[in-house]
Amino acid sequence: MSDKTTRIGEIVAEHRHREGPLLPILHDVQHEFRCVDVEAEAAIADALNLSRADVHGVVSFYHDFTPTADPRPVVQICRAEACKSRGVEALMDGAKAAAGERVKLHTVYCLGLCSAGPNARVGDALYARLDADKLAQVIENA
Amino acid sequence: MGYERQKDFGTPEAKSAEQVTLTIDGREVTVPAGTSVMRAAAEIGGDIPKLCATDNVKAYGSCRLCLVEIEGARGTPASCTTPVAPGMKVKTQTERLAKLRKGVMELYISDHPLDCLTCSANNDCELQDQAANVGLRDVRYGYAGDNHLGLETDVSNPYFDFDASKCIVCSRCVRACAEVQGTFALTIDGRGFASMVSAGQEVDDFLSSECVSCGACVQACPTATLQEKSVKAIGKPERAVVTTCAYCGVGCTFRAEMRGEQVVRMVPWKDGKANHGHSCVKGRFAWGYANHADRITKPMIRESIDQPWREVSWEEAIGFTATRIKAIKAEHGARALGGITSSRCTNEDVFLVQKLIRAGFGANNVDTCARVCHSPTGFGLSTTFGTSAGTQDFDSVEDSDVILVIGANPTDGHPVFASRMKKRLRAGAKLIVIDPRRIDLVRSPHIEAAHHLPLQPGTNVAVLTSMAHVIVTEGLADEAFVKERCDWDEFQDWARFVSDERHSPEFLESVTRVPAKELRAAARLFATGGNGAIYYGLGVTEHSQGSSTVMAIANLAMATGNIGRRGVGVNPLRGQNNVQGACDMGSFPHELSGYRHISDGATRKLFEDDWGVTLDAEPGLRIPNMLDAAVDGSFKAIYIQGEDILQSDPDTRHVSAGLAAMDLVIVHDLFLNETAHYAHVFLPGSTFLEKSGTFTNAERRIQPVRRVMDPANGYEDWEVTQLLANAIGCDWNYTHASEILDEIARLTPTFAGVSWDRVDSGEPLQWPVNEKAPKGSPIMHVEGFVRGKGKFVVTEYIPTDERTGPRFPLLLTTGRILSQYNVGAQTRRTANVVWHEEDLLEMHPTDAENRGLKDGDWTKLASRAGETTLRLQVTDRVAPGVVYTTFHHPLTQANVITTDNSDWATNCPEYKVTAVQVTASNGPSEWQEEYEALSTRARRIEGAAEMEPAE
Repeated sequence: MSDKTTRIGEIVAEHRHREGPLLPILHDVQHEFRCVDVEAEAAIADALNLSRADVHGVVSFYHDFTPTADPRPVVQICRAEACKSRGVEALMDGAKAAAGERVKLHTVYCLGLCSAGPNARVGDALYARLDADKLAQVIENA
Repeated sequence: MGYERQKDFGTPEAKSAEQVTLTIDGREVTVPAGTSVMRAAAEIGGDIPKLCATDNVKAYGSCRLCLVEIEGARGTPASCTTPVAPGMKVKTQTERLAKLRKGVMELYISDHPLDCLTCSANNDCELQDQAANVGLRDVRYGYAGDNHLGLETDVSNPYFDFDASKCIVCSRCVRACAEVQGTFALTIDGRGFASMVSAGQEVDDFLSSECVSCGACVQACPTATLQEKSVKAIGKPERAVVTTCAYCGVGCTFRAEMRGEQVVRMVPWKDGKANHGHSCVKGRFAWGYANHADRITKPMIRESIDQPWREVSWEEAIGFTATRIKAIKAEHGARALGGITSSRCTNEDVFLVQKLIRAGFGANNVDTCARVCHSPTGFGLSTTFGTSAGTQDFDSVEDSDVILVIGANPTDGHPVFASRMKKRLRAGAKLIVIDPRRIDLVRSPHIEAAHHLPLQPGTNVAVLTSMAHVIVTEGLADEAFVKERCDWDEFQDWARFVSDERHSPEFLESVTRVPAKELRAAARLFATGGNGAIYYGLGVTEHSQGSSTVMAIANLAMATGNIGRRGVGVNPLRGQNNVQGACDMGSFPHELSGYRHISDGATRKLFEDDWGVTLDAEPGLRIPNMLDAAVDGSFKAIYIQGEDILQSDPDTRHVSAGLAAMDLVIVHDLFLNETAHYAHVFLPGSTFLEKSGTFTNAERRIQPVRRVMDPANGYEDWEVTQLLANAIGCDWNYTHASEILDEIARLTPTFAGVSWDRVDSGEPLQWPVNEKAPKGSPIMHVEGFVRGKGKFVVTEYIPTDERTGPRFPLLLTTGRILSQYNVGAQTRRTANVVWHEEDLLEMHPTDAENRGLKDGDWTKLASRAGETTLRLQVTDRVAPGVVYTTFHHPLTQANVITTDNSDWATNCPEYKVTAVQVTASNGPSEWQEEYEALSTRARRIEGAAEMEPAE
């Protein structure tokens, strides 16, 4: 048994008593390996007695889970209605330039701070009232 | 009438007894509560547009085409997800609805190819129908935007394609795979516009996914996305004939969808009482053997078995055979003649073969392949209950709370019933599996057995008796039931017997290797968990204590009060399509049809008067005895219809010696099977698509087999038997199988009410069908046991003579796999070989490691009887000390290994336990090489150059 399957086994054991253990398991696996790949899907399916297709359907539905690991930091930028009306679209070109190949920009729709947009998120940290410079700073620090 | 799809009511039937009346488009309709508005409309001939709804899966409400207006309700609810209510007033066709539907349809079509005329589903496509229904005339969105039109087709499955460019993502396939088949091999990958039906994971295609190729998704698909390759190749069928599948004992009914005399596809019939519109890979797709190049369609004869075959006319073949039969009879007497009936053939075929042997040959030397499978079922259930058959219909499983599966592998052997069982398990029923091997039912997606008792092969009786010990000693027996329905004295004797400490799970643990704690928990669950149903297979019967195990099962069911109503019972899962029927039809040497002993003068007289002959009052020989007698020189000729005894019967060397000693071996089959190596006459047979008659399935259901094409060999099987009978001096004049069925009904009390017209009408008929049960008997022993009082039989565990020892330290047991059927004569001649090209030997990693063997190695498998070689599969499905293989391929020769031990009561061979040793090997055994050479030699046909050896 590979280290990876052992670790996935531990993650599954941690959550399997919960009602609906799949999502928390997927989050932990994504966090640990930066992806939920084919091998992980199969291991989780076997552990939870689901089909491989069942797990793949869930993994592919959510943007939070990725099939391959991407080592780059992720900056989520809200481009929903409120942030749009507060000018996020005008910041996007600058953001892309600041990100380059090093940072992955991820469009999301609402971070729950509509009155204080444009907003972004890195990990669990939220950034509000962004302008071009502030956003570039957030991206650079990511 | 031309080709029509079966009517689709959109949502499943509601089972409520409460009736609800509502008005739809001004017409009143009364339906069971819980029915959807969509189905109610369909019941009165309406046709609400729909795409994501089909009546074998639950309503989903995603396509938004079936919207309706309901007086007093807000908006336009989906009719598939809206249940009927009393007094409801529904409008299904209004201007507002038309506009909505057209808008939805436009969106669908904006991402769908417009190649209807050249599409393989043209005129058989629900998307096309619904576009017509909603009056779609143009698509305002154009085709310039993003679309899925360029996606590639997945052609990996040998029987159907998945053309993603035509998919409308209605999820019908995904839901059918989950709800109907219970495999969960399909999912929707991605979200939003990127949503796609996907088999398995990113890396999979249909073949590499968990898909078992049951065809449920293909049937559910409303477009050409999932479609049979045969339809693509041939075109749309022109007519459909309902008939019964000729594989396993589930007895699925299919629509044979035809073009001329060509089968385009087999589609499970939704009104089929055994399968309710579901199928497995064998019945649905593996029918191509009928036209395989190996099929023999001309009679052949030869003077001796070392000669090549000579193709002759039917007249010459029948004349040659009759002359020899008459000569043998004159010289050696009638008892030198015999025959074997086939569980693959119709009731009518079987009845005539046993009539030919009893009345024509003049001996009772008739036996059937059930000898090697379910003969202990006949003996055991007759003794305890009074009938030689299962007690339930398949639908009964819907009311079971605890299901005990012993010695059966339903997902592989009886897949369509297994899907029903899994559905019930997903709904909350508990499962106990008693099997040496971790079969799929023990744990597979969404189902898991509460208890798996991985017993040592050969210890069934010990395990069942110790379960009884727990139930009796812990006071869990249903004594009220026993007092009312069974012989109380016998019960007390039995209860004393099982209560003995030497039958406790703790005492027997060293023998059975089942942890006592687990066994106790399983016994308690079975006794107290509600309706308990027992399903069993050949893992019960094919043992030296096969009959004892069947009786131990019956004891368990009676002691817990689990007989005589829905949800309970004792259910042998019959292996072959008509093994129940073949047994019913008087195939055993001691019994006339309906299980009446040949020594009974009154029964014999009934037949003698009808047939105008005198019958031998002595029971005849069983198959192994015929072979013994042949070696001794007293048995000379055999007529074998549709059975390959050389491959399927135990101790292959014994079978070949017996056959080689006979003067006349007549094989009546589709192919030159292994037995035909020793035959002098080969009479070509007809497939189930080429003849009329009836099959009786595992639930005693008598179902029609309809001729959809002319027999390629010229005659239906019963006609061949009649030709032979008349050539030896009988005077038979049947012109249709229905006349034989009339004779069966006339002479067999349990079939008294059966007639071709009733069978043909589609009426559900489960025997007994007679004055007492004019409409048949879905569930038996409802009022009381057929024999009067249920009989408890003391079942002493006697270990088999087949023991492991230093030379043969492992126990071999055998089984089947989903894609192949028994000796594989049919399935090996279809594309099913992609799933199983050879038999493998399963071994636990510990045993493999001890022997230095690894996955894929050639290994020599040796027993006291013989040896063979096959490749190894290392798996923890089997326990240490146990090895397992399938027996689908003739070159494996698994029965070279098996011994001649057999059931004490019925001679059913002990296939399931053989002490063996496994060692490394570098190729086929001497026997296998010799056998391959023999096969080539024995199959030579004169004038067929390509069959000659290349010397």
